[in-house]
Amino acid sequence: MSAFQTKKLPELKPGFETEAFSPGKILLATLKRDVKLAFRRQSDWVNPLIFFLMVASLFPLGVSPEPKLLSTIAPGVVWVAALLSTLLSMDSLFRSDFEDGSLEQILVSPQPLYFVVLGKVLSHWMMTGLPLTLMAPLLGVMLFLPFEGMGGLVLSLLIGTPTLSLVGGIGAALTVGLRKGGVLVSLLVIPLYIPVLIFGTAAIEASLTGLPVAGHLALLGAMLVLGLTLAPLAIAAALRISVSG
Amino acid sequence: MPRWFYQLASPRWCYQITGRLLPGFAIAAVLLLMIGTVWGLAFAPPDYQQGNSFRIIYLHVPTAYMAQSIYLTMAIAGAIGLIWKMKVADMVAKSCAPIGAALAVLALATGAIWGKPTWGSWWVWDARLTSMLILLFLYLGVIALNSAIESESTAAQSTAVLALVGLVNIPIIKYSVDWWNTLHQPATFKVTEKPAMPPEMWIPLLIMVIGFYCFFAVVLMLRLRNEILRRERRTSWVRELLLQMRG
Repeated sequence: MSAFQTKKLPELKPGFETEAFSPGKILLATLKRDVKLAFRRQSDWVNPLIFFLMVASLFPLGVSPEPKLLSTIAPGVVWVAALLSTLLSMDSLFRSDFEDGSLEQILVSPQPLYFVVLGKVLSHWMMTGLPLTLMAPLLGVMLFLPFEGMGGLVLSLLIGTPTLSLVGGIGAALTVGLRKGGVLVSLLVIPLYIPVLIFGTAAIEASLTGLPVAGHLALLGAMLVLGLTLAPLAIAAALRISVSG
Repeated sequence: MPRWFYQLASPRWCYQITGRLLPGFAIAAVLLLMIGTVWGLAFAPPDYQQGNSFRIIYLHVPTAYMAQSIYLTMAIAGAIGLIWKMKVADMVAKSCAPIGAALAVLALATGAIWGKPTWGSWWVWDARLTSMLILLFLYLGVIALNSAIESESTAAQSTAVLALVGLVNIPIIKYSVDWWNTLHQPATFKVTEKPAMPPEMWIPLLIMVIGFYCFFAVVLMLRLRNEILRRERRTSWVRELLLQMRG
């Protein structure tokens, strides 16, 4: 079945019609459902945000409260904290759907899994990556990040966090069938997060020193495009393996 | 596709074929590694800048090559297992991971030992070293995932997907010395150019590299044969084999 097929499929039984919807419709429907679910179970998306705030506040207490030192480590600290809280939220991406059986229903439905997965990941990003990005300037102020760095901070997180959600989705899909996925997801995903972290912090450093930021952001954007095109395929394959196994 | 390819897909045939290939590869590995080590460590001329400390190249370069080649082997075997559902390919992929991880550790360790006298520090966070470290992490992730899933076929399929995703890292390692300004020197061997070293230096290195490939083939076949016996332990041919061995 082609991903863009919109015509009716052959009937399974008389009186029982299955229709393949357009990609946009599937994406929107999944997005609506997942956002609605997330708002009903608020701890799933609020807890990673609180974690983000708490981890960042450990550094002034643990390393040194001196503004000069903090401002030099601020880009890295904010990025690492964002990365860790994304990881923490990753487990909830498919877990509840797997447990109540709706994941199986999604897999057997005639809709192309690529767009369903993309919708789920997108909604996950809207509930974690986007709030993290919006909260980041607050953390920047806490860590004495100079004002010139704020633009780089927000932009790099805005382009980088969707990639984190996409790549993390692969880890979540591979471990959804396991009872204890927690640490394993981190082991699988952290190596793949490193490039995003490198270019994310490099963008902030560049904006702090007045160098052009566009190159780093373009590389982050390239990673996002790569993730958008290929990660849903890997997630879909991993989900099929995990659920059938 | 040729007939032997299909035969290789059967665990029993694979066990027999590897049994026949094993002695040849073992002898080649021992000879090549011995010749390469003695030539490289004792007879190759010292470097005009680094003196004798450069001689660790005869371990560092082959292990680093192997760490990447084995990852590639693992990913290709995983893909074959995923697409054609070949059990033997799954077993090859599973057997590759620990060997590759060990050689990645060796490459990093020999690199650190080499770095101390030449760069003045055990470790620098440059592109080549970091991407090599990521390769080690990827191996560890593959091993962790494989051991976490109980069902053999699910574990094989899941790790194959992970290995294929991690494949992104291989070109990054390869081109890291060209794309970024790093302390690490550029590639030793290139297909299109002559090596920058004199022949007395690079011929033993080439012998070491080929020797390490043979060594990998031997270790892979040993692990693969064990894995075949373990998974096929309930089949009649394995039982007959064991009875024959007992005499």
